[in-house]
Amino acid sequence: MPALACLFGACVVALLVYGLTTQSPDRTLDELVARRQYPLAPNATRKLPVLGGGGQRSLSSLEGKVVVLNFWASWCEPCQLEAPLLERAQSRLERYGGTVLGVTYLDASTDSESFVRKYHLTYTSLRDATGSFAHSYGTDQLPESFVINRQGRIVAISRGEIDEAFLNHAVALAESS
Amino acid sequence: MRAPRKSLATAAAAALIAAAALIALPASQAAAGVTPRTTLPIIQRQVMCVTCKIPLEVAESPQANLERAYIQGLINQGMGEAEIKRNLVAQYGPTVLAMPSTHGFDLAVYLVPLAVVLALIATVLALLPGWRRHARERAAALTSSRSLSPADADRLDSDLARFD
Repeated sequence: MPALACLFGACVVALLVYGLTTQSPDRTLDELVARRQYPLAPNATRKLPVLGGGGQRSLSSLEGKVVVLNFWASWCEPCQLEAPLLERAQSRLERYGGTVLGVTYLDASTDSESFVRKYHLTYTSLRDATGSFAHSYGTDQLPESFVINRQGRIVAISRGEIDEAFLNHAVALAESS
Repeated sequence: MRAPRKSLATAAAAALIAAAALIALPASQAAAGVTPRTTLPIIQRQVMCVTCKIPLEVAESPQANLERAYIQGLINQGMGEAEIKRNLVAQYGPTVLAMPSTHGFDLAVYLVPLAVVLALIATVLALLPGWRRHARERAAALTSSRSLSPADADRLDSDLARFD
């Protein structure tokens, strides 16, 4: 009987440890990028609804382009600060066949659409209603941005508000490749 | 989520807008002649403020007010509880629901208490025969310790016979 009680206790502890490890954000992508191993962008073929209607799109539909993938929400203040930067980067990237791709997360579509209008964003944003697309990038905070090269590999990650230097890197990549 | 540094003015403005929406929406609902099938407090108890990660009914933030205004809008359209919750999940994702989902690791929330209760019942069932046996043995020992030896029984009989 004591053996059974110990086994049961061990199972409960194992469950707690499993829960803690699976609930914390995955940083595998960051480690690979730091080692210059450049992982393929996860869930690239997953179709998400386009914000404001217009069907569904996936990251793989932009294959061959340099993409700045930006996770954002209308309630996130740093997202509001970086929105003009991203819009400027969009016009620079467009010249070299690149683009910014926004993905909203934990945000009502009406609020997201108001945000797009307020900041005059011209790039496409997708809606990740379940949050599973964002989680596959280890995203649990906003904003977070990923530079994806023409081969569909992540070459730079910013977990937090982006700056000009980060976007210049993306534009330089689009220019050089 | 990264803690937003809202200025007091922005927060107050957002609260005012949400409050105005809450006041204005029931009026428009009455004008539209839609009978509400639920109330804001009922829904608030069942959902979370997605940015503050606390139940909406206790959350005080601009985003919580926006969520309340959104829910009130759905109530005013005549939606029921289940429909509103489906709509909220479609907008904010499954984390908006206060109750954990019945999939993946969240299932443990329901299964672990059940397993604990079953383990306790199994333990009691396993120990019960032993407890009963011990109780019987103790009772038997007590009875035997109280029984008289033949000599004492004879003496008691003779004593009692003297009173006859």
